[in-house]
Amino acid sequence: MNPSAATFLPDGAVYGTLLNFRHEQALWAARATEPPYKAPPQAPVLFIKTANTFSAQGAAIALPADVPEVEVGASVGLVIADFESFWAHPSVDGSHSAINLEATSALPRVVGCVLLNDLSVPHDSYYRPPVKFKCLDGFLGIGPRCVPLTEVGDLNTLKLEVRINGALRQTVDFGGLVRDAATLLADVNAFMTLRPGDVLMLGSDCLADGTRPRARAGDRIEISAPGFAPLVNTLVGESA
Amino acid sequence: MKHARIAWAGAIHDAIEADSQLELLTPAFKGRRVGFDEVVWLPPLAPMPAHRPRTILALGLNYADHAKELAFKAPEEPLAFVKGEASLTGHRGFTVRPAGVSYMHYECELAVVIGKTARKVKRADAYDFIAGYTVANDYAIRDYLENWYRPNLRVKNRDTCTPIGPWRVDAADVPDPMNLALQTTVNGQVTQSGHTRDMIFDVPFLIEYFSRFMTLQPGDLILTGTPDGVVDCRPGDVIVTQIEGLGALENTIAHACE
Repeated sequence: MNPSAATFLPDGAVYGTLLNFRHEQALWAARATEPPYKAPPQAPVLFIKTANTFSAQGAAIALPADVPEVEVGASVGLVIADFESFWAHPSVDGSHSAINLEATSALPRVVGCVLLNDLSVPHDSYYRPPVKFKCLDGFLGIGPRCVPLTEVGDLNTLKLEVRINGALRQTVDFGGLVRDAATLLADVNAFMTLRPGDVLMLGSDCLADGTRPRARAGDRIEISAPGFAPLVNTLVGESA
Repeated sequence: MKHARIAWAGAIHDAIEADSQLELLTPAFKGRRVGFDEVVWLPPLAPMPAHRPRTILALGLNYADHAKELAFKAPEEPLAFVKGEASLTGHRGFTVRPAGVSYMHYECELAVVIGKTARKVKRADAYDFIAGYTVANDYAIRDYLENWYRPNLRVKNRDTCTPIGPWRVDAADVPDPMNLALQTTVNGQVTQSGHTRDMIFDVPFLIEYFSRFMTLQPGDLILTGTPDGVVDCRPGDVIVTQIEGLGALENTIAHACE
């Protein structure tokens, strides 16, 4: 994994984080105490985007015939450093960034961040693992590159813009996280070790009404942020 | 044939079982035999290619008796979750019991190793896509259960908590994976007995189900769930999960280090 490579794809597991924006968490506050949840989540709630979901920058993503539309979860992923990055790019290993300064030596190093388009089949319940909603072929747009932390700056001021067919549909403000990057990294590593090449998504936010932007076959989804080249994927209907 | 992946004499080797020994396949030592006690056993799986991490699917409540034991009605479709490769560990390894927890239990499971790219596979063809089988012990720490994406990763995706092995047994040597006895012992006492014929969703069904929406690749795993009879495991306990024809996977519970 070379952080300056033209097209980035993960070598490790991609972990997503549920309900990590204060806005969505507040919308869920009443429901979270009712069955089947019974209590708000305590530890970070994670899911895995399996390797079959990986779609490179620019790739067309096929929607199955029985999936008329998908939810767009615009996010950034923390890319855990591998040895190649350490030795080949010591100046961009992120050691001087806020995340790695706050982290103790026991925590993995973050080499950079990557834009992610976490697509889901719309679903109302967060009770069971979302494999059939989130692990469809192609359902994670990635890239185009892993941007070194030193170029990203303060993640707590990062704002992503989501455009569908050129129209601005959402602005995601990472100042609104429940657990910021350093806290999430520490809380996740308290129960499982992220390995070199793994990616930890900071989560995606919902719109004012609690939904996420939706897109259909033929739509062009663009996720952009200062310092990042835009991530663009187009949805297509699945060929028979 | 039974395949293993081991560390021995400063390197990692692929090996096969031969007369109750390990026969190395590494060119420099090809044909050399070493004893089971001379090696460190790794998960019996080849590494995955770049940019293609292993997909590890697991099933909850896939035996009618275990579903009843946990006070759930049998699911109408597979209760599937995903694990990361970092949770895997080999035969004769240690699994860490966190300090202060009250209920940590093993789960003896038939694990299916995918052998070729599987997309929209029909049930009738499913066995053509299987390379082999192994034994997995999918530990759970129930203290950490939360009702969000349950079973949540803090319960199921912990370092050291998925022993797997000792062998990857070729599919050709397992004529009917749906007709195998499973058994777990804790310190030599039988605590879990079951049979793969009692699965709610059998292996061909699961391959058809998953491959309908997700393409599986060689080396991906499906852990098919566990039957009735799980009990708490304490540091020092030796847990042996075994499946007829596949082998006995041994694991020891360890204290968490402070």
